[in-house]
Amino acid sequence: MNAGAGPEAPVLEVRGVSKQFGAVTALDDVSFAVMPGEILALLGDNGAGKTTLIKGLSGLYRFDRGEVLIDGKSVHFSSPLEARAAGIETVYQTLAVFDNLSPTANFFIGREEALPRWLGAFGVLRRRHMLATTQAQLASLEVHVPSLTAPLGVMSGGQRQAIACARSVTFAGKLLILDEPTASLGVRESANVLRLVRRLPAVGVSVILISHNIDEVMLVADRALVLRQGRTVGQVDVSADNRGRIVSLIVSGQDAGP
Amino acid sequence: MVRPRKNHEEATMNSRVTTAGPLGTRLRESSAALRVVLRVVNAGPPLILVILVIVFGLIEPIFVTQRNIQSVAIQSSLIGAVSLGMFLVILTGGIDLSVGSVIALSTVLGAVAFTDLGWSPVAVVAVILATGVVIGALNGAIYVKGRIPHSFISTLAMMGIAHGVALIISDGLPSPGMPDIVQTLGGGYIGPFPVPALVVLVLAGIIWFATSRLVWGQWVYAVGGNAEAAREVGIPVDRVLISVYVACGACAAVAGLIMAGRTNSGFPMAGNLAEMDAIAGVIIGGVSFLGGRGTAVNAVIGAVIVGVIRNGLNIVGVNTFLQYVAVGCIIIMAVEIDVLRSNIESRLRAAEGRRA
Repeated sequence: MNAGAGPEAPVLEVRGVSKQFGAVTALDDVSFAVMPGEILALLGDNGAGKTTLIKGLSGLYRFDRGEVLIDGKSVHFSSPLEARAAGIETVYQTLAVFDNLSPTANFFIGREEALPRWLGAFGVLRRRHMLATTQAQLASLEVHVPSLTAPLGVMSGGQRQAIACARSVTFAGKLLILDEPTASLGVRESANVLRLVRRLPAVGVSVILISHNIDEVMLVADRALVLRQGRTVGQVDVSADNRGRIVSLIVSGQDAGP
Repeated sequence: MVRPRKNHEEATMNSRVTTAGPLGTRLRESSAALRVVLRVVNAGPPLILVILVIVFGLIEPIFVTQRNIQSVAIQSSLIGAVSLGMFLVILTGGIDLSVGSVIALSTVLGAVAFTDLGWSPVAVVAVILATGVVIGALNGAIYVKGRIPHSFISTLAMMGIAHGVALIISDGLPSPGMPDIVQTLGGGYIGPFPVPALVVLVLAGIIWFATSRLVWGQWVYAVGGNAEAAREVGIPVDRVLISVYVACGACAAVAGLIMAGRTNSGFPMAGNLAEMDAIAGVIIGGVSFLGGRGTAVNAVIGAVIVGVIRNGLNIVGVNTFLQYVAVGCIIIMAVEIDVLRSNIESRLRAAEGRRA
């Protein structure tokens, strides 16, 4: 982690956000911060408010109350594009990948590099440039795919997940939100994706990892934030000693204490 | 000793497909084999065309004379132009049933502009092309902005409307006379090459370039592959869809231009059933009806295959009506090849998963 002058400032700070859906309170006064190079696990049972929280952070919902700060500056996202422009990328379980396109095309989809710029959508794709960038980025993240030009449809679930993550990492200036990235993967492919997640702090990207799998969290996360019925019930450093405490927070909302 | 060998082969195949776990080399071998099959499948349409030409040529040498090849090219050019537009629409998972009516209305309006209004040849060409663009824009706008469940419905409506307007304007009668430039585009020759075929080649080049080299083309494939994800990544899906219907209308109008030139007239029955031939051509060209897969070149080749079957069966001298049966069979075959392709892809995916 970089040791700048003065105390380290969080990449993302969430202050007292709330969200109401009719009579249901999905989020109630939730506050937390993500530090540079930190992997924060977001835990909680179904209906705890995890999804509402990340949808708010990625610009799909608006919070009713509270404040979100990026690098100390207050932000208000009214669309996913604005969140992305601010450096927050989200990988949902649906992945938003295209089976009919190559990994390279998937990498740059929606933000293709083309010339001349003023032609916009009618610009000519810089295919070699994009291929080289994809190649370099996948190599630096140690993601291996059988081909950069074959359609993604022939690749495994883990490879597709890895490409979706790598794409988001490339464009996430600051923060990557992963929604259960290993939910549909086998054991070995999960391990590959988690290895990729662990490498992200080294490239300067903080992570919010949503997971149901406590072992996975123990393996990669620095800190865990536990939600229950829309409220924060605990923030715990992840260590082997704290495992029981985290489980107890998720299951009963009770902090068993250190 | 044929039987035992076959059994042996089957056994090897089975073991390749089902083996999982430590036998990595075997797996790699099998995905390599699957990849080869996939290549062949993807090269399908040109292969089918070559085989058809060779077979017809062997049965009846007249088939491969310059004169007949020219006539196949002319016959295919009309459907070729329509198929290129239909290709774009099918690529997004849609369909455009109004293309035949665009041909009819564009030739009728062209005739009105030329004969009744006495407009210049260039203006007549512009009227014909503009007809396609306007109807395409309406198709797209009604489909997207009207939140119609599938473009089948909106273009079915437009098929009736445009055809009806063509009949009303022309009173159901053909109107002879087209400017020289239109006649040349529809029926002229440059050396041995029929001009309409060259027009379609140029159009094919444009569509190929637009779909494979422009950002727009990437977006068209993305919308066809996964519309929801396309929205998520910030592609202006609605505008892409509208642009595709505009392009399809324009391509149909080019076919209208060819039709008007070839027949030297505008008539409201022009382009009758062109939509069906174009859909057949696109599907035979290996473009997936579900969207997102296929190439402009193969779409044109599909249209040429339809033309070759029609012409070839005529020349070979079998019952003319057999061509409908033949085209139908080829369509089923093409769709089955598409099914085979997705089957191979999912097997490759599984193989990759085991290897990871």
